[in-house]
Amino acid sequence: MASGPVANGADPTVVVDDLHVVYRVYGAGGDKGTAATALMRVVKRQRRPSVREVHAVRGISFVINHGDAVGIIGRNGSGKSTLLQAIAGLLPPEQGCVYTSGQAALLGVNAALLDDLTGERNVVLGCLAMGMTPQETKDRYQSIVDFSGVGNFIDYPMRTYSTGMAQRLRFSIASAKNHEILMIDEALATGDANFRAKSHERIVQLRGEAGTVFLVAHNLAEIEASCNRVIWLEKGQIMRQGYDVPAIVDAYLEATGGEPRKRDKPAESEHSAAD
Amino acid sequence: MRERARDQGGPGTLTDDLAIPEVDPSALPDEPLAELAARYQLRPSAARPGVLAYAGQLWARRHFIVGFATARNVAMYTEARLGQLWQVLTPLLNAAVYYLIFGLILNTSRGVPNFLAFLITGIFVFNFTQRAFITTSRVMPDSLPLIRALPFPRGCLPIGYVLIELEQLVMSMLVLSVIVLGTREPLTWYWLLAIPALLMQAVFNVGMGLFLARLGAGADDFSQLMPFVVRTWMYASGVMFSIQTISSLRHHPTLTYLLQINPAAVYISLMRNAILQSQRNAWPGSKPYNAANCALYHAATKGPRLEFSAYCHGTVTMNGLWLWGIGWAIVALVVGFVFFWEAETRYGRG
Repeated sequence: MASGPVANGADPTVVVDDLHVVYRVYGAGGDKGTAATALMRVVKRQRRPSVREVHAVRGISFVINHGDAVGIIGRNGSGKSTLLQAIAGLLPPEQGCVYTSGQAALLGVNAALLDDLTGERNVVLGCLAMGMTPQETKDRYQSIVDFSGVGNFIDYPMRTYSTGMAQRLRFSIASAKNHEILMIDEALATGDANFRAKSHERIVQLRGEAGTVFLVAHNLAEIEASCNRVIWLEKGQIMRQGYDVPAIVDAYLEATGGEPRKRDKPAESEHSAAD
Repeated sequence: MRERARDQGGPGTLTDDLAIPEVDPSALPDEPLAELAARYQLRPSAARPGVLAYAGQLWARRHFIVGFATARNVAMYTEARLGQLWQVLTPLLNAAVYYLIFGLILNTSRGVPNFLAFLITGIFVFNFTQRAFITTSRVMPDSLPLIRALPFPRGCLPIGYVLIELEQLVMSMLVLSVIVLGTREPLTWYWLLAIPALLMQAVFNVGMGLFLARLGAGADDFSQLMPFVVRTWMYASGVMFSIQTISSLRHHPTLTYLLQINPAAVYISLMRNAILQSQRNAWPGSKPYNAANCALYHAATKGPRLEFSAYCHGTVTMNGLWLWGIGWAIVALVVGFVFFWEAETRYGRG
């Protein structure tokens, strides 16, 4: 990557050192949920059973270099999204550490912005929250709206958007800024074909400008098309990882009982067996 | 070994060299990862900046905070048919309800001159702190999706919530000015003192808001309890009565003093003294001490007559009020800010 800001394209940008992430879930079952059972619990000094700790990431280490586009694959609940949130500094590590060369931006599937505000307000506030100045926000505003393709809906509250529209707007906002590290968590899954093509181009472009991209997707064709490196997570640990993307994807498919990929034409349904 | 790994790694691998190299370029290096990270000047992603750096970050996001508060305020009434009119109607209805109950039915005026203006000023000023306390104690759990989606200094959220309430208060103050002028209070230069009084209260609320936001981030029980705490506080702060005129307090000067220097009472008194001449003239110590007149205040048969209290020695002087107001604001801001900052990286955990 000669065009990168660093002369040697292989400087590390993300170092994950023996990372463990634990988060708490409230309102989990295990209780009749009446005032009487709650009182008994307090009297007996028991922990609330409705608070569960989820040990989602269990000791992961890797080094990602400048210019890498890393695909993260794994079954549902294997810790993919949690790993990205920890890299972005949104979830604190329980143990270990994540080192990054700059602030990582995360585009999540349920990255709710402010649902009761209009798309227009969300664009402005999103840009300001990312640290742009009001002038930069003004300058970028039109290109963000155009890229998202939500059209007239920009004046409507975001809760009236379809899932795909909301995701398109979020992607447009987050990709408006050049991030050193960009992480995309299934953010393109519900976009239509046209938007997918546009966003794929944008990812390639961001990868060129930015340096490092992480991509979580169940669509393995997308991983193979966009990524030069892949990490396969299983129950919060790395099962396999490396630059040999097709081999790891094949091994993943074999382990999860999916059909082997035919590389001549794009396949779509191979991941359904994994879920 | 690292050098070789770097040469063979990189994005070109996939197309240029499909064979897996002898040394896997994605393998972990031999040296400890922390040292590798330090060598390339990588920083921990969940690191907490220093206190001053954090204050700087918040300042850098000031446009976000203001935009967030304004947008929230506008969105608050979009589902109502009367829309933004509720910004004025809500304080008006509040005032009407309290006047009905405390002014007409319970008659707590007890010789307070211009009780209507006295009452409504107290309610509006207290309402600012009350709403700020209740909303900030819920802000972190309520904003968890936003916190887990975007990186920004988390202090923006409680500060933004206090700003929302401040914007509401400004609207209430306009309503209040009309009411106060309608009760024949004169418009004087003293009204300008309302501005520093409000600013001090806003700083106090920001500090307490930061403090409560961290407490509320841990356990939901706290935000459930908050409304009761605040309501008790309201009854202790002389919102709908004058602390001086409570007969049972007359022989407990220490208690009277403590009630008068509590932050809510301080900010309410400062506002009343700024915009209500009747209150300013009746504040104990505002006129030269006169034993005979002061005795009239205590000896009045039909309850105390507040206008004579001006001739008594004040428990808290007018200047004392300002000092207490500044003191509370600074203490709340410093303590709340540091307390909130300490947990900065942990708010995403829930």
